[in-house]
Amino acid sequence: MLQDGSKSIFAPWSDPAATPLIRFQSVSKKFGHFTAVNDLNLDIYEREFFALLGPSGCGKTTLMRMLAGFEATSEGTILLDGQNIAPVPPNKRAVNMMFQSYALFPHLSVADNIAFGLKRSPMAKSDIQDRVEEMLKLVRLEQFARRKPHQISGGQRQRVALARSLAKAPRLLLLDEPLGALDKKLRQDTQFELMDIQERTGTTFVIVTHDQEEAMTVASRVAVMDQGELVQVDTPDRIYETPNSVYVADFIGEINLIEGNISPIEADRYALDWAEGQPPIIGTSQEMLREGTRCHFAIRPEKLAISAEPPTDRANCVTGTILDIAYLGNMSTYIVELSNGQTLKAQVANNRRIARRTFTWNDQVSLSWTDTAGVILTR
Amino acid sequence: MNLRRFILIAIPYVWLLALFLVPFGIVLKIALSDYALSIPPYTPTLDFSAGWEGIRAFFAALDLENFIFLTEDDLYWRAYLSSLQIALLATFVTLLVGFPIAYGIAQASPAWRPTLLMLVILPFWTSFLIRVYAWIGILSNEGFLNQALMSIGIISEPLTILNTNWAVYIGIVYTYLPFMVLPIYAALDRLDGSLIEAAEDLGCSRFSAFWLVTFPLSRQGVIAGCLLVFIPALGEFVIPSLLGGSKTLMIGKVLFEEFFANRDWPVASAVAVILVLLLIIPIIFFQRNEQRQREQD
Ligand SMILES: Nc1ncnc2c1ncn2[C@@H]1O[C@H](COP(=O)(O)OP(=O)(O)O)[C@@H](O)[C@H]1O
Ligand SMILES: [Mg+2]
Repeated sequence: MLQDGSKSIFAPWSDPAATPLIRFQSVSKKFGHFTAVNDLNLDIYEREFFALLGPSGCGKTTLMRMLAGFEATSEGTILLDGQNIAPVPPNKRAVNMMFQSYALFPHLSVADNIAFGLKRSPMAKSDIQDRVEEMLKLVRLEQFARRKPHQISGGQRQRVALARSLAKAPRLLLLDEPLGALDKKLRQDTQFELMDIQERTGTTFVIVTHDQEEAMTVASRVAVMDQGELVQVDTPDRIYETPNSVYVADFIGEINLIEGNISPIEADRYALDWAEGQPPIIGTSQEMLREGTRCHFAIRPEKLAISAEPPTDRANCVTGTILDIAYLGNMSTYIVELSNGQTLKAQVANNRRIARRTFTWNDQVSLSWTDTAGVILTR
Repeated sequence: MNLRRFILIAIPYVWLLALFLVPFGIVLKIALSDYALSIPPYTPTLDFSAGWEGIRAFFAALDLENFIFLTEDDLYWRAYLSSLQIALLATFVTLLVGFPIAYGIAQASPAWRPTLLMLVILPFWTSFLIRVYAWIGILSNEGFLNQALMSIGIISEPLTILNTNWAVYIGIVYTYLPFMVLPIYAALDRLDGSLIEAAEDLGCSRFSAFWLVTFPLSRQGVIAGCLLVFIPALGEFVIPSLLGGSKTLMIGKVLFEEFFANRDWPVASAVAVILVLLLIIPIIFFQRNEQRQREQD
């Protein structure tokens, strides 16, 4: 809200004075000759909702298991609150984990599952009961306290697992693909529930996911991983708008990629020669790029404007014919083939009824965009 | 109900009827008969040639005399009690030995497990009788065990193990160990390893994670293993006769003597009927209890 001027934007990662809750210092993990995590440096701050995003097998679970204490690092150190956690066994860490499989104890009721960790702590019996009730209320499972895990639905089980891992009020909560087993609708509801709980409890969350939409929705920052390395760590909007590599651009959402050779124009403006007979693409880059560098120009489909006549006020314009139209309900994606065979996707919001659509198959159209709409990627 | 389904359901019932209920009925009938110097050595026998009259006379001649006799001579109930005690203790020891073995196999790397399971089953490839005889060679005063212990100087006089209850316990534990290990292994193998990690994550030490999670979740296997050991051990005959002494009192031995030495088939049958009841009643109670617990959940 506007009048809430005292509340500054939550961004400890851009504050050089802030000390991180977790600090990975050149951490590697090897299984035999296979390197699952390679020389990783990462800071995660208190109260963050941090998402690890990457394809299956890129080392996300391994990273979590090192934080929880189930795997030792092969090289490097992990600091929690400035303390090296290597010598601390999992049962002594102020870290709790919500397992990918939930790992609920099948022989204990919902309430006993939630109380399990509390009973291993010095907490008094009556306090434990209060805490369990508080947790049940938090995840809205009060009526199911006496049920066994196999008597509740998948979504409820997932909430029990969440309540159980939150019950001890850990400094850090690790969530390994917590919503993987849920269907789309329930998944979205639960994402908002997770964000809400994270905000209310003030716990630092690290969530693993291979669903980019989920990462974008819940996280304060997203780390994109590939084969045991971090490719980019940034806020969701910056990951989306300014990916630092073709890998990230391609992994998150839909994107048009055009390969070509760079020639500098002035200051941060560059031209990309990408095809015979086509005008060069004008773009900007903060990097100093040398003449002739092989680069990719990346631009999101929704940043392309589609029109019947070429507009005059935009830096870039190409023409082609509509090859295909994908109707997505709220949006339509036009696939436009240019004269040299390259296809580009343009996405337009459907604010008119479909019958009154302006363009149709085989129409000749112009695609245009400004010089700052896309990014130039060197890797 | 179609015929296919009927046949599928009927097969196990016919099997039970033919191989359990009919023989049990015959044994029960002999137990209710009287001893006789004839072939077969009991009366009455069913004589259909006399028609209805014969059948009525047959049933009139059946009585509980043999069961009453069993209560009069304290040999029998002492034998039952002693068998019960030996079987219970032996089952407990088998559990103590078998659980760590099953746990060890379940924790071993997947490449090793088939081999380890094979080793557990390996003794079955030799005759049971030969294996029990082999224990005589190990446990006797001049046997391998005493020789080994004396040669390393732990004892100076040979230990008398053979022909005592100790030897019976050793024999039962050795013989029935695989029946304990296999069901417990099956239960532990099904156990999701992340449950143990979750327990540790929530503050359990290795040991308390075992006690609070692994052990309760392997309960079904433990119970199955205990029943598989306890039931045959209770009626065991070969082990107490070969390894036990004259003081070892077990109901299997008593039964054998009634049957083959005294040729008193009716009393032997009465002993057998009580043995079966002794086993069936706790099993039924146990199953009722399980079912009630499942319904409560
Ligand atoms: N205990 C292990 N032994 C050998 N390789 C492992 C082990 N755990 C994980 N790996 C390997 O490490 C890589 C990363 O695994 P993981 O962290 O589970 O990936 P994900 O990102 O899908 O969670 C995978 O290639 C996996 O095969
Ligand atoms: Mg994983």
